[in-house]
This record gives sequence, C-alpha cells and structure tokens, in this order.
Amino acid sequence: MMKNTASINPLENEAIYIFREVAAQFERPVLLFSGGKDSITLVRLAQKAFYPAKIPFPLMHIDTGHNFPETIEFRDRLVKELDLELIVRNVQDSINEGKVKEESGKYASRNVLQTTTLLDAIEEFKFDACIGGARRDEEKARAKERIFSVRDDFGQWDEKNQRPELFDMLNGQIELGQNVRVFPISNWTELDVWSYIQKEQIEIPSIYFAHTRATFLRDGLIWSADDAVVYREKDEEVEERVVRFRTVGDMSCTAAVLSGASDINTVVQEIRDSTISERGARIDDKRSEAAMEKRKQQGYF
Amino acid sequence: MDVLKIATAGSVDDGKSTLIGRLLYDTKSLTSDKLEAIETKSRQLGYDYLDFSLATDGLVAEREQGITIDVAHIYFSTVNKSYIIADTPGHVEYTRNMVTGASTSQAAIVLIDARKGVIEQTNRHFFINNLLRIKTVIVAINKMDLVDFSEEKYNAIKSDFEALMSKRDYQNQNISFVPVSALKGDNVVNRSENTPWYDGETLLENLEGINNEDIYNVGTPRFPVQYVIRPKTEEFHDFRGYAGKVYGGELSVGDDVVVLPSQTKSKIKEIHFYDKKVETASRRSSVLITLEDDVNISRGDMIVKENDLPTVDKQFTATISWMDSQDLTAGKKYVVQHGVNKVLAKVDQIHHKINPDYSGIDEAVNALSMNDIATVSFKLNKPIFYDAFKSHRTNGSFILIDSQSNNTVGAGFIQ
Repeated sequence: MMKNTASINPLENEAIYIFREVAAQFERPVLLFSGGKDSITLVRLAQKAFYPAKIPFPLMHIDTGHNFPETIEFRDRLVKELDLELIVRNVQDSINEGKVKEESGKYASRNVLQTTTLLDAIEEFKFDACIGGARRDEEKARAKERIFSVRDDFGQWDEKNQRPELFDMLNGQIELGQNVRVFPISNWTELDVWSYIQKEQIEIPSIYFAHTRATFLRDGLIWSADDAVVYREKDEEVEERVVRFRTVGDMSCTAAVLSGASDINTVVQEIRDSTISERGARIDDKRSEAAMEKRKQQGYF
Repeated sequence: MDVLKIATAGSVDDGKSTLIGRLLYDTKSLTSDKLEAIETKSRQLGYDYLDFSLATDGLVAEREQGITIDVAHIYFSTVNKSYIIADTPGHVEYTRNMVTGASTSQAAIVLIDARKGVIEQTNRHFFINNLLRIKTVIVAINKMDLVDFSEEKYNAIKSDFEALMSKRDYQNQNISFVPVSALKGDNVVNRSENTPWYDGETLLENLEGINNEDIYNVGTPRFPVQYVIRPKTEEFHDFRGYAGKVYGGELSVGDDVVVLPSQTKSKIKEIHFYDKKVETASRRSSVLITLEDDVNISRGDMIVKENDLPTVDKQFTATISWMDSQDLTAGKKYVVQHGVNKVLAKVDQIHHKINPDYSGIDEAVNALSMNDIATVSFKLNKPIFYDAFKSHRTNGSFILIDSQSNNTVGAGFIQ
C-alpha cells in the first residue's frame, strides 16, 4: 500500500468532487464529448470518480460532420474500450430539417450551428446536467463562468445574473426545463491538462502529435487542405507541412501549428515554451472581441 | 505543484484589474496573441500605455463601462506555484461578490489608492477577509507613482491600516504591506528603484513566500458522504463504498469512526483512490471509503472519528451575508446546504446587523437586504453535524437557497 497517493493534485480532487455532485444532484446528466483532449480528460476523471462502478451517465457527441476523421475513429474506440454509452446527434440533420442554414463563403463553419443541434438533443433526452470541458483560462467570457452554470428553457446563459458559488458547495437546484452546464475542469489551465495527460498516460487522437499534412495558409494560420470541408480560394496553394493541432474543433475552424512534437513529452515541453494561447488558433473566437460571450448567451457549450 | 487561490479587494478605480494584468505581464503569463489584443484595444481607446485591465474585464458591459461586474478567475503560474486570482468587483453593492471570491481563497490582496489612503471601503474589504478567516492578507498600497513614491505617505497609510487591525476578530491573520504602482510595474514582480526606502518583498515575492502547508486552517477530520458507490458487477458484487472529500484532517485505514446521524460505530476498512488502495487520505482528497461493518449510509451522512464529534443539533446561530434582492425576514423558510447535506430551515430570529466597516452593530432589525451582514438564528427540520466556523472553516459554513427561485441567496458562518 502506498501512503497518501490520494492527495497529490488539488485540481484532480476538485474535479472528482464535482463529478460526484453531478451524479448525486441530477436525474439525467450527460457528458458532452468532442473527442478533444479536454473531454478525453473528463472521461478519465469520471472513471476515477465512480470506480469501481461504471460512469453513471452517457456521453454525447454533437457531430458537425466537419470533424477530423482521426477524432471520430478515436471516439469510437474509446467508447468501445471503456464500455460507455454514446449518443451522437448530427448538425447535418438540423440542416436537412431546415432548422439551421449552412454558412457560406471563406470563413464558413458549422461551429455556431452546433448550438441548435445541442439544444434539441438536450430537450429530446431531457438532460438536466450537461458536463463540458470548458476552462476558465481559455477565454475572457469563460473566466466568469460558474462550475454549475444554470441555463434557462432556451438554453441561454444570463451572464449578469449568475448564482454566487461559495466555498465548494454546488447548488444544483433548478426548475423543470432548465438545465445546468457543469465544468469540472474550470480551474485547470491548458498546461494542467497536458501535464495530466502526460502523467496519467491518457491516449489522445493522433492529430495532437506532429504529422505530415496537406495544408494551405490564410491570415497567417495553417489550414487543412480538405476541400470537402474547408473552403479554399484558388490562389491559396496547398503544401505539405509537418504540423500538429493544439486544440481540436472542426477542420473548418481549427488551424494547425508547425511542430515537430511527436510525443506527449515534447508536446508538454512545447506548451510550456509557447507564447501563443491555444484559442489563438481558433477562428471562431476571432470573429469579434465578444464572440464567445455572444455564443454562450445563445446556449453554446 | 500546489495551487494558491487569491481574492482581490479594492474600490472602483483602485486599479485592481490593472494590478492583475501587471502580474500576468511581468510573470510572462500573457501570451503574445492576448498581449496583441490588449495593445490594439488600448490604442483604440486612445491610451498611450497598455491598459492591462483589458486582460481581465471579460464581459461586454464591463468593457463598455470600464468596470468589473462579476467575479473573474485568472490563472498564472511561476516555477514554484500555480495561482488562481478571483478578481472581485469593489462596488459597494457587490459585497456578495467579495464574500464569494473570498470563500474559496486562501490569501487576499487588499488594494489601497495611495492618494486616498484608508477609506470606508478599505474597512469593508478587510472586514470581509477577516470574517472569512483568510490566513494571509497582503495590503498593496497602489498608485505610488502618483504620490511621488513618498515614504511618508506609505507609512501614514500603513499605520492607519494597523489601527484597523486592532479591531479585527480573527487575530491570527498574517498581514504584510507593499508599496506598488500597478500601472508602472513598481514592486509588483520587479523590485522598484523608486522606493529605495522599502526593503520588504515585492507583491509576487510575498505570494511565493506563502507556505502552502500554512494556508489551510487545520481542524479535525470530517467526511461528508457525497455518493454511495455500489457497482453490482460480478467482480465487485458486495462492494459498498462511500465517496466524498476529506475535510480538516487525515483519515486512515483502521480509524475508529462514528457515522452520523445514526451514531453507528465502525472502523475504516479500506481507502480507495481510483484503482489504488491507500493507507491515509489527507485533507481535501476525494476518496472512496469502505467500513468494516454493514452500515446503512446515504448522501449527507457524515463519517467522523470516534473521539472527535461535531455538534449535532437542530438549531444554530450564524453570521449571514445576505445576497438576494428579496429580503430575509424572521419566519421565512430556506434550504440550508451544509456541505453536501440539505435541510429545511426557518429563520428564528434576526439578532442584529453588523456593520462591515468596524463601526459596530445596529439595533434589532426586522429584515436583511442585499449585502447586509447579520447574526441570525435558525431552526432546522433535521439535525446537521457542524463545527463553529472559527474552528472549522469548511464544516462551519453553509449556503442558503431560496426554494422558490432556487437561487443561492446567502452565505453563513456558524457561531
């Protein structure tokens, strides 16, 4: 028996505590799974919170159809290996049903469209708690987010009227129709997540590591040259580059970074030395200074 | 690496957001894209300096009005420590945010504008930090550049503050003073050449020097059961474990324990952390405990050491910080959430309001409105297992929930 191994990481202990509060306070929780490193970390933390029992709620992926194939392949393998329940809802279906309209043009993405599909799925399954991997260090509007964040019947965030969160006591009382977004790794930084993945030897999709990819340049950022998903002008020339992704969203709004970091140790070192924030490579945040706040008010993750 | 949570308190325009921005900038925690955004915005606003407050004021309304409305959390780290700063607004009407930020913090920075000195707001900020028994407080006397880095001015403010300290209830608080200019960067991270008369530590050195072992008020171990884990699988057929976080002190395998409220005695059989078995669970660790005996335990019950019982009672008196726009009045019912335990409570009596600026107590009042602090007695429909806040920071605190709106409407510190 080892002494005191249970207490090393205060962030891990906090996240486990939050997961258990969700299971105890809500009828139908769901873990919003994107296939990115943050939601993969959530899965590991949930395993730890409930071991030796199984994770007592399903995973749900809102599939934009613009995901990296590597992410989807990874998702399916993880779900199978851990024997988890996975729900998938497609943005394409929302488009087909005429609920949302595909964006067009150079910066077209399905990022904003996801919100409708997500809110519909929450209603369909009557989820009362949606667990997400958002972190407060990612973005200024997220810095003001609660750990238990109440959404109204329309899935909307009232940022100026949030419940105070005191001590470590989480108030999950809501009315029928409302739901709570839960962020167990609110207090983690990007480096905390990477260090945890390293220490726990958590498997993540291969696109996080250096690989050769057909790419083109736009606005100083490197994009995947996948013409089916990413719009490309004629004069935007395709070139093979050795890159990796620091954050994994849609192909149409996630840029790559030049990198030779091919394993977790070199990735962690790269993040330590980095001078650019991870959302610097997310075009969805650059639309305006308040892009995230606006999307969150409308019910985004 | 350990994590230190810091609450900040200062009045409007004391430069709190600027100070935090400066801490981030000088510790090289601002990434180049964030810095670029600050440069662009500062230029747009017509400033000839970098407005670091833009690093933290996140909501549109805040940027429009140039003020901080809601508690923001800011992260940075040095080679020694990870820091989380709760940036809490300084407006009079936002006492609730200050109490909120301080409730999760182990250290606090109180900002004073060197031109204004100790004002009523300062009393309030210090009062709240002291009420919440924050162990380490750093008083940053800011805008020293605007008083010509005057030693005399600094000493005058320091002695005014020391006069305030004599009034505090929680005497065991470590308090230090630093003369800074957040805007110019003096004594925040880098030692200033403008204050040759000051030989103390910079603000960051002060934070770095806080011993992480020293910031938590140690008490006796309390283990509120959050969730009962019964896998019902072939491998763990009869397994029944109690999930929770350990508060106050350590629990070890073999400890003689009592389960509350049933008063059943047992012994700790195993302590699990994920797929490992450990011998001891230290403070703040989220573990799974099994007992030697088959005991009926559910969420909200508490496992404690046999020789160290909390108070088990259906009534208590507490200091309340009221946070709702609807008044608290005698006779009203609320949900008391004490840790993970919830009980129905009725306001028995509002004894008196406490002025959070050390000007004493008010005569009997009938109602509490937003931002009021008062001594209130409650009667509960079921007993809870509590300690006085003075001796147990976690097991002595609770929140009040309005069962109509479901909102968190108050914080309480049991006397």
